[in-house]
Order: sequence, then structure tokens, then C-alpha cells
Amino acid sequence: MAEVLVLVDHVDGAVRKPTLELLTLARRIGDPVAVALGAGAGGTAGVLGEHGAVKVLTSDAPEFADYLVVPKVDALQAAFDAVSPAAVLVVSSAEGKEIAARLALRIGSGIITDATDLEAGDEGPVATQAVFAASYTTRSRVSKGVPVITVKPNSAPVEPAAAAGTVEALTVSFGETASGTKVVSRTARESTGRPELTEAAIVVSGGRGVNGAENFPLIEALADSLGAAVGASRAAVDAGWYPHTSQVGQTGKSVSPQLYIASGISGAIQHRAGMQTSKTIVAINKDAEAPIFELVDYGVVGDLFAVVPQLTEEINTRKG
Amino acid sequence: MSLRIVVCVKYVPDATGDRRFADDLTLDREDVDGLLSELDEYAVEQALQIADGADDAEITVVTVGPEDAKDALRKALSMGADKAVHVEDDDLHGSDVMGTSLVLAKAVERTGYDLVICGMASTDGVMGVLPALLAERLGVPQVTLLSEVSVAGGVVTGRRDGDTASEQLEASLPAVVSVTDQSGEARYPSFKGIMAAKKKPVESLDLEDLELDADEVGLAGAWTAVDSATERPARTAGTVVKDEGEGGKQLAEFLAGQKFI
Ligand SMILES: Cc1cc2nc3c(=O)[nH]c(=O)nc-3n(C[C@H](O)[C@H](O)[C@H](O)COP(=O)(O)OP(=O)(O)OC[C@H]3O[C@@H](n4cnc5c(N)ncnc54)[C@H](O)[C@@H]3O)c2cc1C
Ligand SMILES: Cc1cc2nc3c(=O)[nH]c(=O)nc-3n(C[C@H](O)[C@H](O)[C@H](O)COP(=O)(O)OP(=O)(O)OC[C@H]3O[C@@H](n4cnc5c(N)ncnc54)[C@H](O)[C@@H]3O)c2cc1C
Repeated sequence: MAEVLVLVDHVDGAVRKPTLELLTLARRIGDPVAVALGAGAGGTAGVLGEHGAVKVLTSDAPEFADYLVVPKVDALQAAFDAVSPAAVLVVSSAEGKEIAARLALRIGSGIITDATDLEAGDEGPVATQAVFAASYTTRSRVSKGVPVITVKPNSAPVEPAAAAGTVEALTVSFGETASGTKVVSRTARESTGRPELTEAAIVVSGGRGVNGAENFPLIEALADSLGAAVGASRAAVDAGWYPHTSQVGQTGKSVSPQLYIASGISGAIQHRAGMQTSKTIVAINKDAEAPIFELVDYGVVGDLFAVVPQLTEEINTRKG
Repeated sequence: MSLRIVVCVKYVPDATGDRRFADDLTLDREDVDGLLSELDEYAVEQALQIADGADDAEITVVTVGPEDAKDALRKALSMGADKAVHVEDDDLHGSDVMGTSLVLAKAVERTGYDLVICGMASTDGVMGVLPALLAERLGVPQVTLLSEVSVAGGVVTGRRDGDTASEQLEASLPAVVSVTDQSGEARYPSFKGIMAAKKKPVESLDLEDLELDADEVGLAGAWTAVDSATERPARTAGTVVKDEGEGGKQLAEFLAGQKFI
């Protein structure tokens, strides 16, 4: 069977969930060969093997941390040359998309970004995309070269499938442009203890209606009762009530959880662009005319300051 | 020496209107109002601020798009850019990101540049990869997705806020930069700016001017193919209740029914 390259997204060896989802999709079109780069790369092999990686190519050169994007493109290209895969899959993060695009150009291949599903087709893998703020669904293919496809988190289930997961060192020779953009310093984001926004099964978001940073604990309490991630509209972020990293929408994160709860959010097109593919959508808004209600499976027209605490309390009671 | 800044701006269908596909599964540009991608206004704004801080700078805005894309150029000129380049050719219709980045790279090289500034993503394709591709094609550093940017002494520095960390970046010019909507509010064109824009030069280029062949771009030269595009069925109307004191409990009941609790 053909091999499929999967670029591993990990933090110091801890593989993030979207990569395991990629392995599920990769198995539909071939045998996954994982590429893990940077500090802790070797430590990823165990879990990758349990999820179907036949081989794990690793390199922990310091260049990956010291310079932006290009060293990883050089490495992925080295892996591509070593393996001759039938497709390359990368997680649709900002960095993932940039790496994938530059690789695609180098190997003379088309690129599809933000796929939400992937299946084998007669002329190569067929990708599903949700476009124009998810108002259209397209099915696309790469028609030249080896398909390079980036996939959005939560697009496939994580399925265990034991495979060899043999670790091999990847030899990378960095090109001249690899050291072009220096990472002068890096400040790690403080963990909130809550699930990662793009990976979470449930997202609870607050908007301008939350009316102040001091009221966001209301949204957090609801999120915690459901084990959810917290999101925010741009209005709430721009007002400084919640960090930009929590923004959901076109210029924030794009999420497709099982359940999305919007409180005090009107549902502007740019917000919808980032959450419209959620499986179940719930809104709490005091304006019955708010566009968000066009999307909901269940909506409550009411004051969030009354509805959200009652909901949180009821959930906590039911959970006992 | 003058700092040559090139800003890439895209003409896109208005996101608040009905965006559609044409019969050949490319973007319907005929029946839909277009405008300068709002995210590119941030790129123009940063160019203007960098130019303000330089001894001598010139800002050229470049677009690849149909006849109407001139509107996007005029908007950028009215904000304060100095001149514009419009790449327009019937054979460009249906270009994918590889074709578009090829044309832009040629246009930017022809114009001459020390700094290329792009938006973080267009509001239609939303791929967010064109700036990286442009850097790859031009063989210069990419300093992308910046929420803060400055240029001094031939060096561009900026802050990139990623998923797990915030990074401070640095590269020597020439370089390709892209900026996010966190980089600073874009200015509104003044009346004076709008009047002045009418007199600013807009150069039109076609594929021949850029020494490109028709089969390298457009639908024919695309490396990706769209097999189908279907309108997502409108979500079936859900239940909407009015809170009369029990709204939170009713919602909990719904969530329990859906097995979320
Ligand atoms: C280029 C561009 C990119 C953008 N990207 C994004 C993006 O990524 N994400 C994003 O979210 N936006 C984005 N926006 C902004 C977007 O257009 C909207 O301005 C924004 O989403 C509005 O946020 P909101 O719904 O919180 O605020 P509003 O639209 O002001 O809505 C607040 C809502 O809260 C309700 N409310 C008020 N008080 C209460 C209460 N006590 N109880 C219940 N309900 C209450 C109101 O009825 C109202 O519906 C972008 C805009 C542009 C131009
Ligand atoms: C819904 C949709 C889906 C698409 N999917 C794919 C796909 O999967 N694969 C593919 O190869 N192509 C795809 N395309 C085509 C692609 O969007 C265009 O080729 C486009 O010009 C480049 O991609 P982008 O607009 O997404 O750019 P982005 O990478 O999102 O744009 C970033 C920045 O690049 C600059 N820029 C982009 N385009 C231009 C331009 N024409 N003129 C000047 N500056 C520009 C702007 O500064 C912009 O802010 C798609 C187009 C649409 C409308």
C-alpha cells in the first residue's frame, strides 16, 4: 500500500489530538508515515504507533525552534524525498498551512487547505471543504503532483490501530533560506487547564452581551460544568475582556465541536465563519431577532445573566 | 535610499452579501458586489505607518483580479498609497493559489521591493498561505501573521501570536510580511485622500508583460480541481423558547436529551 506522510503536531513530545485524527484519515488512503520535528520528537513514537503510524521519522535539530517555518519545510521535504508518499497531510493550524503550502510549491503539487473530510477517489484523495462561511460544501482534488492537504481539527474520530511505529532518524540539510527569520524570543501561553479551543468537544462562548471582563467567570463556570473550552466573539476580545487566543471566527479560531453555546453573541457573518460547522448549536440572547437564532438547534431568548447561572446550576445538580 | 513597500490587496465578494459559485465552479464575480478585502486594509495601514517612520518611502499596491478589482486599488490609494499595479488578463480566470502566487511574485519583482506586506488571509478563499508562498517564490524571509510590526535599519521585527506561544521575530530586508487584524485599526480615507486617489497612477499589466504563459495560470493551469460545490442546506429551524424564569432549566433538559450532560 502507498505511504502517506503525516506531519506531527506535538509539544515537547506530547502529540496533540488533531494529529491522531490525521492518522485516521491517512489510513483511508494508505500507510501513515509520521514526521516528528523538534524537541521531544522521539517521544511521540509510542502514541503514533498505537494510532497506525508504520514509521516515525524524527529530527530534533535546534533550527526548528530558532527559525520560523522554513526549517520544518526543509525537513518535510527530506521526508518526502525519502518516502515518495501518495499524499501529505498536515493539521490546519496557521503554521501547518504555511509549511504545507511551501512544501507543495517545492514538489510541484497543488494544495487544499482546511479540509473537513477526506476519502480515497479514483483520481486520488477527495477533500471536503466548507467555504464562504460554511454556506457551501465543496469536494476538491489536487490535480497535479502529490496531494498536499491540510485538515481542520475535529474532522475525523481518533481510532486506535496498532502499527510498528518504527523510529528512524531523518537527515535534514537546511537550505539557505532556513535561517531567514529568527525567533528572537518565545513566551509560552499560560495553560488555563481547560481543553484546547480547536480540539474541544464542547465550546462555550461569550460576546458583547457579557458586558465586561468581570462577568466572564459566568461563562467559565458554564464551560467548566460541561468540561468545555471557552471562546469569545471579536467584540469581547477587542474590548479586552478575554484574550485574543480565544476568539472564534474568521480571524480567530475556527471550531467544529459537538456542541457550541453562544451567549450574548449576535451571530455576525465573521463569527459564523468560525463556528457554523459545529454539530449542535445553542444560543442565549435577549434579542429574538439576533441572526444567531437562524443557526440554532436550541435557543433561549432571555437575559444571559439569568439563564447562564441557572443552566450551570442545573447541569451541576444533574451531574450530582 | 528610498524604502520600497509593496502591498498585495485582493478584490473579494462582499461577505455580507450572497456569495456564490459560477457554473464552472469558480467564484461568481458577475452577480456579486466586490470590495477590497477588509483584512488587506490592515496591511495598507501598516504600510502607511512604516512609510511614515521612514526617511523616504514609496507604497505600491498590487492586485491580481478582474476589471472591477480597480475599486480595491482605488480604496488603498485613497487611504494613502502612492501608486498601483493591476494585473488583469482573461486567462487568469480560475487561478488557484499556486497560479496567483506566481503572478504576484512576477508583479512584485517587476515593481521592485524592499518589503512586501500582505493581509493574514483573504475573506473569500481564506487559505492564509499566499504570503508564505510569495516568500518561497521570491527567496526572501517570511515574517507572517504579525500583530505588531516595525522596520528600522533594514530589519523588520514583529510579534506573532501562535496557539501555544507568542514569538518575537526578526529578519533582514527584503522580506514578505503579513499582518493580522490585531495589528491596529485601519484608517478611513479622507475626502482629500479620495480626491487625490483619482490622480494617482494605476499601471495595468497582462500575462505577456510578466512573461508568463496562459497555461501556467487560470483554470487550465490550476493544480487543484473543484469537482462539486453544493449549497449547505439551511439548518432546520431549531426550537427557540422565551425565558420566563425557567430558560436555563429548559436548556439543560435539551442538553441532557442530546446526551451532553
Ligand atoms: C474583517 C473582519 C473580521 C472579523 N473577524 C471576527 C471573528 O473572527 N470573530 C468574531 O466574533 N467577529 C469578527 N468580526 C466582527 C463581527 O463582524 C462582529 O462585530 C462581532 O462578531 C460582534 O460580536 P458580538 O456578537 O459579541 O457583539 P454584538 O454584535 O454587539 O452582539 C451582542 C449581542 O449580545 C446580546 N446581548 C446583550 N446583552 C445581553 C444580555 N444581557 N443577555 C443576552 N444577550 C445579550 C445582544 O442582543 C446582541 O445580539 C470581524 C469583522 C471584520 C470586519
Ligand atoms: C472558496 C474558495 C476556496 C479556495 N480553495 C482553494 C484551494 O483549496 N486551493 C487553491 O490552490 N486555491 C483555492 N482557492 C483559490 C485561491 O483562494 C486564490 O487563488 C487566491 O487568490 C489565493 O488564495 P487566498 O485568496 O485564499 O489567499 P490568502 O492566502 O488567504 O491571502 C492572503 C493575502 O494574500 C494576498 N492576496 C491573495 N490573493 C491576492 C490577489 N489576487 N491579489 C493580490 N493579493 C492577493 C492578500 O494580501 C491577502 O490578504 C479558493 C478560492 C475560493 C474563493
